[in-house]
Amino acid sequence: MLESRELTKKFGSKTAVNAITLKLEPGHIYAMMGPNGSGKTTWMKMAAGLIKPTAGTVYFNGEPVSIASRAQVAYLSTEPYFYDWMTIGDAGKYYADFFKDFDMAVYDKLIGQLNLNPKDKIKSLSSGMTAKMKVAVTLARDAKVYMLDEPFNGIDLLARDDIRACILNAAADNKLLLLSSHLVEEMENIADRAVFISQGNLIEVRDLEEMRENDGKSMADRYREIFGHTEAI
Amino acid sequence: MDFKPTAPIWLQVANEIKSDIASGALRPGEKLQSSRDLAVRYAINPNTAARVYQELEREGVCETRRGLGTFVTQDADHITALRIAMAQEAITACLTAMRTLGFTKEEAIHMLMIEEEHSNA
Repeated sequence: MLESRELTKKFGSKTAVNAITLKLEPGHIYAMMGPNGSGKTTWMKMAAGLIKPTAGTVYFNGEPVSIASRAQVAYLSTEPYFYDWMTIGDAGKYYADFFKDFDMAVYDKLIGQLNLNPKDKIKSLSSGMTAKMKVAVTLARDAKVYMLDEPFNGIDLLARDDIRACILNAAADNKLLLLSSHLVEEMENIADRAVFISQGNLIEVRDLEEMRENDGKSMADRYREIFGHTEAI
Repeated sequence: MDFKPTAPIWLQVANEIKSDIASGALRPGEKLQSSRDLAVRYAINPNTAARVYQELEREGVCETRRGLGTFVTQDADHITALRIAMAQEAITACLTAMRTLGFTKEEAIHMLMIEEEHSNA
């Protein structure tokens, strides 16, 4: 469904993503794992069509990503992109203007599940509430691909529980979810496949239940094996 | 639920449900939650949750009725067999642990009886 071939991005002399060939299929929740700066965000932004690759191509259902495919790909970025004067409710309307597949009823349901108040001003929100709202606007779209960059970053345990439940509810046989994180423990149980990326290079894609069953290894174990000697977890 | 990170999650959740069936917490013929709800409740991947029911069905502990959901089996013999199998597993684990600690079978049985009397007192 989403595929990158020999995808490369360079920022000056630094190679953020190095010739990554990767095929992601619907019906799965992928965890894109790697320490900070390993290229996860850059890969996602190229897959979302937000930045141009230096070389290589990303394909959505066999076609290179474009304005058209962007309508099928919902992306939650780590950067804020709302106006301070907006309320949580306004943010939904703002999104509905941009994306045809945005479903206001789903949005209202999600903000209810996430214990958010639609009347609250965005500038008054805690970082945890902001994170939850970003998840709500992203998952309220009826897209085929959801890419969430660091959805669990910097938020408390209860907010994480809420976000996790919304992500699990969004998963479906015909949808592809890709979550990036450097928080292994948040991803261990909700993902069924892991994509390990180190310093811009794809290390491997693993089926997590298979790995537990055949190798007796958790995602955390494998993470330590791959990254343990280069960077702290 | 805290999972052992090195064993398949589907197996751990399936064992939990089997234990609820064996203990009677889940009654014969009782409807189980959808695999989606199971995923949310245990905070596990939906494919893993679906696998839990597939395996329970394969073992004859549960049955899925098209369009209706998954139910605990009504077959009493099946549930009895499940209870015995789980009891055997628990006993084997206990005896293995005792052997590892260097106790003989007789000592283990003796201690088990003392423990049992003590806990009933």
